[in-house]
Amino acid sequence: MIDTTAAILVTVVTAATPLVFAAIGELVTEKAGVLNLGVEGMMLVGAVCGFATAIATGNPAIAIIVAMIAGAVMAFLFGVLTLSLLANQVATGLALTMFGVGLSALIGQDYVGTPIKALAKLDIPVLSDIPLLGPVLFGQDFLVYLSLAMVAGVAWFLKSTRAGLILRATGESHDAAHALGYSVIGIRYLAVMFGGAMSGLAGAYLSLAYTPMWAENMSSGRGWIALALVVFATWKPGRVLVGAYLFGGVTILQLHAQGAGFAVPSQALSMLPYLATIVVLVVISRDSTRIRLNAPACIGKVFHPER
Amino acid sequence: MIQGVFKTLGVAALGLAVTFGAASAEPTKVGFVYVGPIGDHGWTYRHDKGRLAIEEAFGDKVETSYVESVPEGADAERVIRQLASTGHDLIFTTSFGYMNPTVKVAKQFPNVKFEHATGYKRSDNVSTYAARFYEGRLIAGILAGRMTKSNVIGYIGSFPIPEVVRGINAFTLSMRKINPDAEVKVVWVNSWYDPGKEGDAAKALIDQGADIIVQHTDSPAPMQVAQERGVLAVGQASDMTHFGPKAHLTSIIDDWNGYYVARTKAVMDGTWSSEDTWGGLNTGMLRMATYNEAIPAEVIEEAEAARKAIEAGTLHPFQGPIADQDGKEMVAAGATAEDGMLLSMDWYVQGVQGKLPK
Repeated sequence: MIDTTAAILVTVVTAATPLVFAAIGELVTEKAGVLNLGVEGMMLVGAVCGFATAIATGNPAIAIIVAMIAGAVMAFLFGVLTLSLLANQVATGLALTMFGVGLSALIGQDYVGTPIKALAKLDIPVLSDIPLLGPVLFGQDFLVYLSLAMVAGVAWFLKSTRAGLILRATGESHDAAHALGYSVIGIRYLAVMFGGAMSGLAGAYLSLAYTPMWAENMSSGRGWIALALVVFATWKPGRVLVGAYLFGGVTILQLHAQGAGFAVPSQALSMLPYLATIVVLVVISRDSTRIRLNAPACIGKVFHPER
Repeated sequence: MIQGVFKTLGVAALGLAVTFGAASAEPTKVGFVYVGPIGDHGWTYRHDKGRLAIEEAFGDKVETSYVESVPEGADAERVIRQLASTGHDLIFTTSFGYMNPTVKVAKQFPNVKFEHATGYKRSDNVSTYAARFYEGRLIAGILAGRMTKSNVIGYIGSFPIPEVVRGINAFTLSMRKINPDAEVKVVWVNSWYDPGKEGDAAKALIDQGADIIVQHTDSPAPMQVAQERGVLAVGQASDMTHFGPKAHLTSIIDDWNGYYVARTKAVMDGTWSSEDTWGGLNTGMLRMATYNEAIPAEVIEEAEAARKAIEAGTLHPFQGPIADQDGKEMVAAGATAEDGMLLSMDWYVQGVQGKLPK
């Protein structure tokens, strides 16, 4: 029983980790006032670039860095279109997803059907032998720990640093931030590229650790779940973590329930993340002060310094 | 999607070239409509192998083109019409959902030949074709029945449709004939293709005691998980050996090459006519990948004997008596299930755990 519980928890953690990465990146982007719907596309490009690098170099660390750079480059492209050329963010984000799907397929053509070794698990000696908690807490690959560190880091950055305050100010009122002399466009570029790098990292987790292979469209909608997650978490890093583990947990538990012979409507459970997001949206919209506290006021709005 | 658009444009450009080009010794043009990306390493990947086989067989006497990731719906009709109106002589539409668009477009282009995979609507210029994949499931069932130690088999299903249910039943019947104590746990992932979820389903089943994983989904993720966890697995659509060299018992491989080449030849020779093909192991439309070396020789012999018996028509995966989960007789002793029953199968045989979602 303990073994099964531990096994379920281990799987939940791996299922949630790509969501944590992508969502925490998008959270920072949105906190700066930019809505980038291209997460899915950036994830895929990150996944394929990471995979190709891992094949070429055999070094997972380089592969992960390349995946992050690839994601950031995609996000930079989004930045050029929406921040410098003032294109509509929603439309550009959707286009970025389609572009990413196609581009990753093109890059990945020669890698279909090539397996690689999964990222090594840490397996800290002694500690990982503790029943139940051992394998869950001490037997994961290092990206899992990195994802937790990223959440803590982003939470600290947004809450307790001056730079975080400026970033949030940019998202709340870009005119005020501009009047104070901050470079709204520059800050948003950085936030968008951070979001892209995190999406790329999420993609790398998919193609290097979660299912170590490349296949077209392998993210299968996880980018969209990450987007929903940011809203579900009402733009709070800690809740992103909780939400990701919740969504991951539901997915894994329903698979286990089916295997154990319980009749669960698996289709209904597949839509649960989105349903939960809608519920949260309804709840927070009822109390307008609550949403005002967390949702960046300027999200999705075009900023032009001369206007 | 963007790729698809570019390829559609490419098809249009080819069409123009044909219109204005020389009329003599024009190559036969063969078009394909795919539901997924050619890089899925599964269903669409195998169809594209068939397209390449046509090119290899006829060289510059043929010209092939394809449009990938075409959604089943209004888009499909547009794409099929596009291919038909740009001088294609033969068009393969390779997913069930293309059935009505194919028939509709075919009516408007009586001189173009159409081949629709896995459907049942035909007309003078529309043929249908599919493969009896459940015959391969019987062989997988023999291997599983002999190789399992825990007597728990994990089966990853895509959608609870007759095609998949038929596979589960054929597998279970064959396995239980050898090993009546073995049972099948089914997990539905509601997707033909979601590597992450398929892998998670495999993990869940292994955690619940399964020591052999069978999949009716298209990605090699379950095979990888089986390899990592040290259990065995049966692959799907493509040869998945190199995703799990130790785990891979065998794979049930779709092989459209022979059919596609033959049908193209028929169009070239002017002998093409509308037909309904449901090909089994004897036609080569499906075949088994190389068996794992770790399987004992006598088990491989048994599997091969079954394969030959199926090919010879002396063995049928659904030979009576067959009862459903509640013990109700579905196929009488001495009888075999008819194709009509196979095509509408919506019940589990005994030995499958849980209830079929309706």
